[in-house]
Amino acid sequence: MSMLKIPVRPEDHIDGEADAPCTLVEYGDYQCPHCGRAYPIVKRVQKHFGKRLRFVFRNFPLNEIHPQAETAAETAEFAGSQGKYWEMHDALFENQNHFSPAFFPELAQKLGLDAAGLRDALATEKYRAHVRSDFMSGARSGVNGTPTFFINGQRLDGPWDYQELVDAINGALAGS
Amino acid sequence: MSAILPAGTPAPDFTLHVTPDQTLSLSELRGRPVILAFYPADWSPVCGDQMGLYNELLPEFQKFHAELLGVSVDGVWCHEAFAKDRHYHFPLMADFEPKGAVAHMYGAYRSQEGVAQRALFVIDKNGVIAWSYLSPVAVNPGAEGILEALENLPK
Repeated sequence: MSMLKIPVRPEDHIDGEADAPCTLVEYGDYQCPHCGRAYPIVKRVQKHFGKRLRFVFRNFPLNEIHPQAETAAETAEFAGSQGKYWEMHDALFENQNHFSPAFFPELAQKLGLDAAGLRDALATEKYRAHVRSDFMSGARSGVNGTPTFFINGQRLDGPWDYQELVDAINGALAGS
Repeated sequence: MSAILPAGTPAPDFTLHVTPDQTLSLSELRGRPVILAFYPADWSPVCGDQMGLYNELLPEFQKFHAELLGVSVDGVWCHEAFAKDRHYHFPLMADFEPKGAVAHMYGAYRSQEGVAQRALFVIDKNGVIAWSYLSPVAVNPGAEGILEALENLPK
């Protein structure tokens, strides 16, 4: 059974309360269609569990097959530095079909972020190391594709549709 | 189920096609670590499948001067199309004729389905298996075991 090697820490992007009894971590790729499918499912799961669950997203871009995945990940990190991580995370998954190099600064602008700042950050690879560090933490934790979910640090094997996620989280809540 | 070759066993040498007109022998890679990844078949319908993951991790493997070889019973043209489609930058070897012969040598053949197991081997620079792992065929074993095994190799 694969376990999360790097526990959730303050630098992570965490949606939820620090004292939530269950933590759902997703390693994802913004250009991956499976992650695109998982996005509304995770929202439903979050709504279902309310304060009992906090959600963490870590980058796992598959650059060889998803040419814009790295740029999308760095764009999200930039948005995070400007206090709008989750808005950008959501906007990226809602606009997967529009990814192109020109798209990301436009999206930043739309979200009220500094588009020139984003272009600069992308050009200087400011967030590259951070994204790579997420990726390696995933590889070390047994992430084997995208999306990969960890519930209270334990990798979820098998399907991750709504019911499977709810059942697994209920199992973790019961066990704790 | 027969067991895969354990750590400490000398890795059996073999020669397989990596392209329609080129072969590669394991012994040609003596002097550097080799990661041998047996897998059932090309064209699995998920992104970030096992070979795709290893493709993303090539820079990490290269830090150890390790060579990665993927092995399935698919033929050379299938491998060529698959590698091109997925932008793989490492060789896929065709354990095609005799079918699964190399997988057999490593104890990594599923005779009922006629495909290789999901079996991983890290072979040290002297040609000895340093680590091996058999994954349930439906579970992608990921890369953590490989990375740990590479780290544990004597320098």
